[in-house]
Amino acid sequence: MKKLNIFAVIVTLLFGLNATAEAQITDKPEFGKFAITGATIHTVTNGTIESGIILIDGEEIAFVGENARITNEYTRIDASGKHVYPGFIDGWSGLGLVEISAVPVTVDNAELGQFNPHMYAFTAFNPHSASIPVTRVSGVTTVLSHPSSGSIAGKAAVMDLWGYSPDSMAVKKSGALVMNLPSSSGGGWWDDRSEEEIKKQYEQNLKEINDFLDKARFYDQMMKEYESDPSDKTKPDYDPRMEAMREVLAGDVPVVISVNDEKEILDAIDWIKDNDDMNFIFEGVREGWRVAEEIAETGVPVLTTTLYTPSRDYDNYQRPYQNPGLMAQAGVKVAVVSDDIENSRNTPFEAGYAATYGMGVEEALKAVTIYPAEIFGVADRLGSLEAGKQANLFIADGDPFEPMTNIEQVFIKGYKIPMVSRHIQLYQEFLDRDAVNE
Amino acid sequence: MTKLITLCLILAFSTTAYAQEKGSVLIQNATVITVTNGDLEETDVLIRDGVIREIGKDLNAPRGVETVDATGKFVMPGIIDAHSHLNGVDINEARNPVTAEVTMEESVDPNEVGIYHALAGGATTIHLMHGSANVIGGQGETLKLRYGVSQEEMKFENAKRTIKFALGENPTRVHGQGNGVQPRTRMGVEQVVRGHFDEALDYKRKREAYLEAKAQYDRRGRGTPPVPVAENLRYEVLNDIIEGEIFVHCHSYRADEILMLMRVFNDYGIENYTFQHANEAFKVANELAKNGAMTSVFSDWWAYKFEVYYSTAYNASILNANGVVNSINSDNDQLLRTLNHEAAKVVRYGDTSVNDAIKMITLHPAIQLGIDDRVGSIEEGKHGDVVVWDGHPLSIYSKAEMTFVDGTKYFDLANDPDDMRIQINPGTDFDDGSNFRKIVDNRDEDACIQDTFILLQDQAQTHAHN
Repeated sequence: MKKLNIFAVIVTLLFGLNATAEAQITDKPEFGKFAITGATIHTVTNGTIESGIILIDGEEIAFVGENARITNEYTRIDASGKHVYPGFIDGWSGLGLVEISAVPVTVDNAELGQFNPHMYAFTAFNPHSASIPVTRVSGVTTVLSHPSSGSIAGKAAVMDLWGYSPDSMAVKKSGALVMNLPSSSGGGWWDDRSEEEIKKQYEQNLKEINDFLDKARFYDQMMKEYESDPSDKTKPDYDPRMEAMREVLAGDVPVVISVNDEKEILDAIDWIKDNDDMNFIFEGVREGWRVAEEIAETGVPVLTTTLYTPSRDYDNYQRPYQNPGLMAQAGVKVAVVSDDIENSRNTPFEAGYAATYGMGVEEALKAVTIYPAEIFGVADRLGSLEAGKQANLFIADGDPFEPMTNIEQVFIKGYKIPMVSRHIQLYQEFLDRDAVNE
Repeated sequence: MTKLITLCLILAFSTTAYAQEKGSVLIQNATVITVTNGDLEETDVLIRDGVIREIGKDLNAPRGVETVDATGKFVMPGIIDAHSHLNGVDINEARNPVTAEVTMEESVDPNEVGIYHALAGGATTIHLMHGSANVIGGQGETLKLRYGVSQEEMKFENAKRTIKFALGENPTRVHGQGNGVQPRTRMGVEQVVRGHFDEALDYKRKREAYLEAKAQYDRRGRGTPPVPVAENLRYEVLNDIIEGEIFVHCHSYRADEILMLMRVFNDYGIENYTFQHANEAFKVANELAKNGAMTSVFSDWWAYKFEVYYSTAYNASILNANGVVNSINSDNDQLLRTLNHEAAKVVRYGDTSVNDAIKMITLHPAIQLGIDDRVGSIEEGKHGDVVVWDGHPLSIYSKAEMTFVDGTKYFDLANDPDDMRIQINPGTDFDDGSNFRKIVDNRDEDACIQDTFILLQDQAQTHAHN
C-alpha cells in the first residue's frame, strides 16, 4: 500500500511537472502571405523606409521597399504610424535549458565533467518552456541558448522561438562551442586560496585545456588522413568528444570564451594567439573598456550586457552602460545580450542603455540584430529586413528600446505568432478576477 | 591616480562637512512631475533649508540661493525603494525563525559607494531591510541617501518603524531544511507567527501585572516582593507590531500565504502592512484591497524559483487596477540604479498610466514606509528630495542630471568624478583586478537570503551523508 502511495506521488509529480511545461497557447498562428503596409521600416542594413511595405511569403521576406503591387492573395496588415524591426537576437541566454533555476530537476544547462564538446544545448532545449512565449511576444525572436559548466561546456544553439521541436526551431544546432578558461586573478573575496595556489591551479587547468585541444587536433589529423585514403589503414576508434571538436578546429563553429576582468581578457587574448586554428567570441567582457584597443586588434567579437553595477568600486557609475559603446568605438564588433533566462525579453533595454551611453541608437540596434547574426554565422537568414531573409520581425507602436513601447505583432519564420504568453493569460484571467459570463 | 584619490577624498569630506546643513536651491522652468497634482510645464521649484517652499512660475531666487536652469528638463520627486539591502553590513540573523529584537539600525554602512550609484539613478530614500531567512526577521531602517555622512545621519528622521516578515520557501528552507526546526512547511509558518504573537501577548499581561505589583511593593515598602518577569525585547517588539507602532513588510510570493497572513493579522488587529515581492498578489487583489493591505513588487522578475513560476509582469497593473497601493522595488543594487525604467515597464505591462507608474516609485513606497507626509511628491512643505532629469524620467534615453536630498545636491552629472569612494580598503581595493566583484547574481537565491550560505552549506553536507 505504502509503495502504491509513493508510486502515486511520483506519477502525480511527473504529471504535474509535465503539465507545467505544457504548451501555453490555444490560438494558432497564421501562415501564408502577408503585406505589412504604412510602417516605418527599420531595415538595419539598408536604412529606414518611411511608410514602406514588407511582403512576407511563407517563411521568407519577399519584398522590402516603398512601392509594391499587393495582390489579393496577401493578407494586409495596416501598420500606419507603427514601426517594423527585424526580430531581436539575444546572443547569450539560458532559455529553453533552465525552467526554474532553483529547482535542480528543471536545470539542464550544466553537464558533469570538464570537457563536454559533445553536449548540445539543442538536445535539452525545451520547446514548451513557459519562458519562450514570454520572450518572443517582447520582440526577441531568436536566442543563442548556451550550456555552462566545466572547461568546455558544450555547444550552444541558435534557436528561433517558434516551433514544437528543437529541430524545427534550430537555426544552427552548433552555434558556438562554450569554453571557460581558468581565471588567474582568483575568485573574489570568498576565494581563500593563496596566490601561489591560484597560480598553480590556473596553470594546471590551462595545461589540461591545452592537452585536450592537442589531442583533438591529433584525432582530427588522424581522421583526415584516414578519410583521404582509407586503404591499408586501420580506422581510428571513434571518440565522441574528439569528433565534436572537429567542426570547431575546422573554424566552422566559433568558440565563446567567458572573460570579465581586465586580466582575464588579456590572458585570453594571449591564449587565443596560440590557437589560431579556431574562431573566437568573447562573452561577458565587463572590463572590456579598459582594454578595448587590445580586443579590437584581435578582431574577436564580443557578447556583453549593460545592466550591472560597476565591477570595481572606484569605477564611474556609468562604466557598465558605456562599456559596449567604448568597445564599439575602438573597433570591436559588439552584440548586446541579456545573459538571462526567463527575462531574455529585456535584451532591448540592455541595448537601450548602450545606445544612451555612447553607442548610439543605430549601432545598438545592430548589436541586437545583424551583429549577433554575423557572429554566429546566420546573417544570410537573420538580422535585418531584406528580401530573401527569413521573416523574423515585429511591429511596435514606438521605439523598442523604450520600456513603455508595446510590441504589437511578432512574426517568426513567417508565422504570425499568437501574441499570448503565461504573463498575458494571467493578466486576462485576473484583471477582473470575479467577473462572470453574462 | 593618487592625486585623483586625494581629490576625491577632499571632495568627499567637504560633502561631509556640509551634510548636516539643509540646502536651498531654485530649479527654474522645468516640467515638474508633482505626482499628486499633475505635470506642471515651465514651472519653478524653490527649496529653502531642505524644504519645498514654493512651486510656481517665475519665482525669484532669494539672496544667496543657487539657481538651476532646467529648461526642457524634468523634475521628479526622488525615487524611494521600499526594499533594499544596499548598504547593510549584515542582512540575516538566521539562527532562529523569530528574531524581532534584531535591527538594521546598527547594520548600516554609510560609506558604501553604491549609495552614490543609487543617487546617480535618481534614488533618494531606501528601506534597508533585514533578510528573508526568518518568519519574523529583524527591524528595518529607512535611510536618506545622504552620501558622506555618518550612520546616524543617514537615518530618515522619525520614519515609521518597520519589520521584516517572510513566508514560503526561504524560511522553510533555512530553518526546516537547514536547521531542522519548524517551520518546514507553510503550515508551520502560520503557527510560528501565531505562536509568537500569543506568547508576546501573554508576556505583556504578565509583565504588566508584575510591574504593577512591583510598583505597589515599592510604594508600600513592605510585604513580599513579586516574582520578577524579565523584560523581553523580542516580545516587546511583537507587541509593538500588534499595537500598530511598527509597519510589517512581509516577504511573500504565493497567493495562499498572502491570504494566510491577512487572516492572522485580522485576528490580531494588525493593520498597516505591505507584502514584499508578492508575485502572486494579483490572484488575490480583491482580498488585498478589502483588507487595505499594500504590495511592493518586482516589475518583471519571475521563474527563478518555484514560488514565482506562476507569475506575471502584469502583477503591478492588476493590483493598481484593483485599488491596491503598490510600489515597485529593487531588492537589488543594480535595479535600484534604474528603478525609473522598472516603473516604465509597468506602463508596458497593462493599462497603468504614466503617473500611476511614477507613483509606484515615489508616493506609494512613501506610504508603505509611513513617510508620505514628508516625501514622495513635489508639494509645498515636503522635503526637498528632487531629481532633475534631462528627459522624461521613464524614457530609456534619459539620465538623472542632479539629485537633491533635503535641498542639498548629492549628485551632479556635470561634476561626476570616477572614484567616489569615501573609505578605501587596502585589503580589497587594489588595482590588479582581484577586487573584481563577481556578482553573485544567482537568481535562484533572493538577494535577501544573504548570510545564510553557511546554513545551506550545512544542509548540502547533510544531504551528501544521507
